[in-house]
Amino acid sequence: MALQSLDIQARSATTTPVPGVRETPDLAKLIDISKCIGCKACQVACMQWNDLQGEIGHNIGSYENPHDLNDTTWTLMRFYEVEPEANRLEWLIRKDGCMHCADPGCLAACPSPGAIVQFSNGIVDFHQENCIGCGYCITGCPFDIPRLSKKDEKAYKCTLCSDRVSVGLEPACVKTCPTGAITFGSKRDMINHAKERILDLNERGFAQAGLYDPQGVGGTHVMYVLQHADRPELYGLPKDPTVSPLVELWKGIAKPLAIATMAFVGFASLFHYVTKGPNAVSKEIEKEVEKEEEEQA
Amino acid sequence: MRRDPRDLVRYTAGQRANHWIVGISFILLGMSGLALFHPAFYPFALLFGGGTWTRILHPIFGVVMGLAFILMVIRFAKHNLMSRVDWKWIGRIGEMVDGIDEGMPAQGKYNGGQKLMFWLLLLCMLLLIPSGIVLWRTYFDFPVEWVRWAAVVHSATAVVMICLIFVHVYAAIWVTGTVRAMWYGTVTRAWAKQHHRTWFEEVTKR
Repeated sequence: MALQSLDIQARSATTTPVPGVRETPDLAKLIDISKCIGCKACQVACMQWNDLQGEIGHNIGSYENPHDLNDTTWTLMRFYEVEPEANRLEWLIRKDGCMHCADPGCLAACPSPGAIVQFSNGIVDFHQENCIGCGYCITGCPFDIPRLSKKDEKAYKCTLCSDRVSVGLEPACVKTCPTGAITFGSKRDMINHAKERILDLNERGFAQAGLYDPQGVGGTHVMYVLQHADRPELYGLPKDPTVSPLVELWKGIAKPLAIATMAFVGFASLFHYVTKGPNAVSKEIEKEVEKEEEEQA
Repeated sequence: MRRDPRDLVRYTAGQRANHWIVGISFILLGMSGLALFHPAFYPFALLFGGGTWTRILHPIFGVVMGLAFILMVIRFAKHNLMSRVDWKWIGRIGEMVDGIDEGMPAQGKYNGGQKLMFWLLLLCMLLLIPSGIVLWRTYFDFPVEWVRWAAVVHSATAVVMICLIFVHVYAAIWVTGTVRAMWYGTVTRAWAKQHHRTWFEEVTKR
C-alpha cells in the first residue's frame, strides 16, 4: 500500500504508459548475513510498523517463528544449521522476505490492473484494494514470497516500507537492526558497501563471500552479503532464480497468440458466410420430400 | 413444438436442457476466464461484479459445466463413435466448406466433423478440469511448479476450446434449419435428408 504516486515504472495488467514523470533513484536494502545475530528485532519492527499481529503458533523445534511467511508476517528469520565443510557447523540466519526484483514475476503474472506496481526506485508493491485474490503472484514469484490471506483472500508481502520510504524514512527493519546487518540506501551505495564487507569477509577466511543480486530477475532491490555466495542454497535461496519459462509463456507470447487465433477463427467464420452464403436445404430435396409425402398420403 | 406434424424429433427436452446448461456455463466461463487471462478482456469482469467476483465465480461455473458436460458425454458418446464413412467425410471436408455438399458421403445422426468436434471438446474438458482444480487457490494448494504448468495448460486449452466452439456455433448458424433443433428439438424432413441421410432413412423407415 502506498500513496498515490507519480513515479510508477510498471503496473500489473496495464498495456498503456503508467504515471511516471517523476524519477527516483534506485534504492536497495542490503542484508549482511555475516552480521546477523538472529534477534528478530526486524521481524518485530515490521509487525509494529505495519500494525500486524499474527496468531500465536506452536514451537516445532526450530527458532523459526512463525514457521513460514504469512499474510501478517512479511519478513521472517530463517535458521539453517549447515556444514559447508565436513565437521564445521555453521548457523546461517537469513531474513527472508520480498526481494523486490527488477523484473518481478508477481507483477507479470497479476491479472488485475494496478494490484501490483513497481516504483521507479525499485520497490514492488501490492495494492490490496485492487487485488482479486487469484494467487497468480505466488505462481509468478521465483522466491515463494507472496501469501494469500485466509481472512480476506488478498495477497500480502513486504512493501519495503514504501510508505516510510516515500517520506524519506528508511524501512522499519533497517531502523531497528541492532548490529547494522541491514542497511538501506541507493543501490549503487549498497553495492559499494557490500564490496567492503566482502573484502573483510575474504580476510576472515570466507574466500567465497559475495553479493546476492541475482541477474536472472534483473537484479533485486533487496540484496544479501553471503559468506558462501557460491552456494546460496545453503541459505534456502535459489542459485539462479528467473521468472519460470512457463510463466513467461503464459504471460508473454500466449496472450497475443490467443487473441490472434480467436480473432482469426471468428473473422474466418464471418467472411465464410459472406462469401459462401448459408448452407440451406436445396429446393430439389424439398421437392423430393414433398413428393414422398404426397405418395404416402 | 412441431411446425409440421411430419417434422423429425432430433433432441428430447432433457437433452436440450443439458446442452443449454453447458452452453450458458461455457459463455460465462469464457468471458470470466478471458478477463483473468488478458487485460484487453478485463472489462468482462464488470459483468460478474468485479475482479474478485470473477475470480470467485469462474471455478464455480467450471464445476457446473464440468458436471453437465460429463452428463452430455454419457448421453451422446454412443452417437459419436467414428466409423470409416466419418473419416471419408472428414477427408472431403474441403468440399463441404466450399458449400458443395452434394457429393458428400451420407451421414448418420452426426457427420464426421461433428463427431470429431465432440471428441476434441471432450479432450479439452479433460485438460481444463484438472488444471482448473490445480489453479483454484481458494480450496487447493498444489506445488507451485504444478500451478505453473496448470496455468499454461488451462489457458492454451481454453483458447483452443473457444475456437472450437466458434466453429461449432458458426456451423449451426451456417447450416440453415439447425438452430431450431437446439431450441425446440425438431428439424424438417428435408433438412434431415440433405444433411444426415442415413439418419433420415433410419428414423423414417419405422
